[in-house]
Amino acid sequence: MSDEKKPGLKSPLRRKLLMGMAALPAISMLPRASFAEAPATSAVNTTGLAVTDSEVTVGILHSVTGTMAISETGSVEAEKLAIEQINAAGGVLGRKIKFIQEDGASDWPTFAEKAKKLLVNDKCAAVMGCWTSASRKAVLPVFEQYNGMLYYPTFYEGLEQSKNVIYTGQEATQQIIAGLDWVNKTKGAKTFYLLGSDYIWPRTSNKIARKHIEGHLQGAKVVGEEYFPLGHTQFNSVINKIKLTKPDVIYAIIVGGSNVAFYKQLKAAGIDLSKQTLLTISVTEDEIDGIGGENIAGAYACMKYFQSLDNPNNKAFVSAFKKMWGEKTVIGDVTQAAYLGPWLWKLTVEKAGSFDIDKVAAASPGVEFKGAPEGYVRIHENHHLWSKTRVGRAKADGQYELIYETADLVEPDPFPKGYQ
Amino acid sequence: MIINSRFFNRSELIGFVALALLLFVILPLSLDIFRLNLVAKYLTYAFVGIGLVLCWGYGGILSLGQGVFFGLGGYCMAMYLKLEASSVENTKIQSTPGIPDFMDWNQLTQLPFFWKPFHSFPITLIAIMLVPGIFAFIIGAAMFKRRVGGVYFAIITQAIAAIMTILIVGQQGYTGGINGITDLRTLHGWDIRTDHAKFILYFIEVVLLFACIIAAQFIRLTKLGRILVAMREQEDRVRFSGYSVANFKIFAFCAAAIFAAIGGAMFTLEVGFMSPSFVGIVPSIEMVIYTAVGGRMSIFGAVWGSLLVNFAKTSLSESFPQLWLFGLGALFIAVVLAFPNGLSGIWQDYVQPHIDRLLASRKSKPGNGFPVADGAPAE
Repeated sequence: MSDEKKPGLKSPLRRKLLMGMAALPAISMLPRASFAEAPATSAVNTTGLAVTDSEVTVGILHSVTGTMAISETGSVEAEKLAIEQINAAGGVLGRKIKFIQEDGASDWPTFAEKAKKLLVNDKCAAVMGCWTSASRKAVLPVFEQYNGMLYYPTFYEGLEQSKNVIYTGQEATQQIIAGLDWVNKTKGAKTFYLLGSDYIWPRTSNKIARKHIEGHLQGAKVVGEEYFPLGHTQFNSVINKIKLTKPDVIYAIIVGGSNVAFYKQLKAAGIDLSKQTLLTISVTEDEIDGIGGENIAGAYACMKYFQSLDNPNNKAFVSAFKKMWGEKTVIGDVTQAAYLGPWLWKLTVEKAGSFDIDKVAAASPGVEFKGAPEGYVRIHENHHLWSKTRVGRAKADGQYELIYETADLVEPDPFPKGYQ
Repeated sequence: MIINSRFFNRSELIGFVALALLLFVILPLSLDIFRLNLVAKYLTYAFVGIGLVLCWGYGGILSLGQGVFFGLGGYCMAMYLKLEASSVENTKIQSTPGIPDFMDWNQLTQLPFFWKPFHSFPITLIAIMLVPGIFAFIIGAAMFKRRVGGVYFAIITQAIAAIMTILIVGQQGYTGGINGITDLRTLHGWDIRTDHAKFILYFIEVVLLFACIIAAQFIRLTKLGRILVAMREQEDRVRFSGYSVANFKIFAFCAAAIFAAIGGAMFTLEVGFMSPSFVGIVPSIEMVIYTAVGGRMSIFGAVWGSLLVNFAKTSLSESFPQLWLFGLGALFIAVVLAFPNGLSGIWQDYVQPHIDRLLASRKSKPGNGFPVADGAPAE
């Protein structure tokens, strides 16, 4: 009995202390509005954006119909989740975010039309959107002409930088170089076979990969490079060539539905991914959903985010995402990058103390987001994100297991010298 | 008036005046510049529609590849605009300044030879009509001389549309690939991105549209137009009467291609870019749908069809981002099932008789009981 009393005496005090400490972080999470009045609309919005005393309007512009819908739906869901969470935490400068969603319909001119509508008609203070490079190229002149702010989530080929865009995904060098170094060092890989879908992102990425392989990796070389039209489903001939050349690494940048055919045919041809190293930068958890985990298990992917990342931010994010959109949803790299958009915008607006596009653009460099599921990120002067590069290995259950991550954040370099 | 008695009959005149009133007066006065620019975009498809009325409605030649000509016209214009936007000082961060940015990304160090003529504005204007025209002539000559027609012709045009897309996407160093040719700025030094420019471009386009309407109407009313209709109904009889059916078909097909190309060139100016997504099978079929909804036998119907279908597309997708495609699909099915002659069919069957009756009764009242027969004084 006496033994039990001793800790009993201690415990209420300790519990109170613990409770008090636990409450500390909560203070910082209290909405700012409860301490101070929200700043006057006339002061934070001098250019006529859709900002009222209680609300601010942003746009969501993705394809929810057409071939890209399967990829872009995750981004829409992540952006809606972020907006809901920001609103629950008091909004932006004391204003709730209201969003207007438009459908780009997997059609680039439609993207341009809708972007114009969101900026000119709806006066959106920011737009979260686009997925493919083609859609971004279509809306970019619109955003520059009407001075809007676009948060673009997809990893892409680089070669672009705009005052009016924040690129929350990786540009090509961030995704490629660290992964190649890793596979060269740990697997001793010397020969690479480059594959890609035939458009600007895979071509530019393979160009950077080739320059890095030939120029920076000792004794390494490219033994083949091939491209396939979007939607291509017959990979037998290239698989035969791979069997002949026996490269150390298959470097695959095949996108969309073609992936399903490619990995199934690879497996059917007897190429065992547990023995043959395959490194991809285009297959996230979303694509594995379609490919089937058993067809791609053993392949390596180079991304900045995997759903399986083990950190408190990510656990909270994954459970909130599944609560909102269902247990069966998976979260890929781009979905996470899309989730960053609204948060980075909120942080930037609060840093700038204004919704004005020019002030937001100017305040963007240096904005940090510590709550990112991928870990700490920061906006670079070139409007891309500093972020880590990670290599994961696909498992049969459709998830990636983290194998390697860079020690430091990798600097974004959209116009890489010596790689063009 | 000459027009009243010969060129247009009364109902066509009403259609002409109503359309002119709408496009020249009502829309510019009532819409803001953003919506007006959208209307301008819709109208670019009307050019294709007019061509299709000639070639499909009158000539009976269904082409499922009009996107090719729309795209060729658009690309010709886009190449000119892109070269102008890629001046040496605009592109000095590139490894080869002075060439379009996508060429630089694809390691081209020199402007390809077929881009060079597009430095000149007059040559571009000629090329916009000539390139698609010659291309259509080659296809038409190859097909119609061999008496390929009907469904087979439609399938071949569709295949050409697919080939064209693959070609453009595959040769991205020369064509901009799937991204298309983007970031176009000035036309002969005139900034086409400003609101004022959009306003002027709209009127240029409407004037061109009416020029095309009149040209199409002219073709329709000449002997040529009558032969087209005859060919559609009884090709062999026309052939046995000594006419070269193939040549007339080639003509109709080329005319449709040139109309489509003008639309494509205007599209590039209005929207500010061109991409392979206007060249392929889907846009080509969509263009046929606009014409079908408007009524394939009516030149004005084609214009109304492109306007209304695209307007429905925009407004449905703004209100129901996830469901709009179903709504649009249902609309097509309903129109085709219930009104095979499209909107112009509805007009002729339901509205026109009322107007005629109204006009007839009005005219008969002040007169001394002489009822004017419907359409009698048309000639």
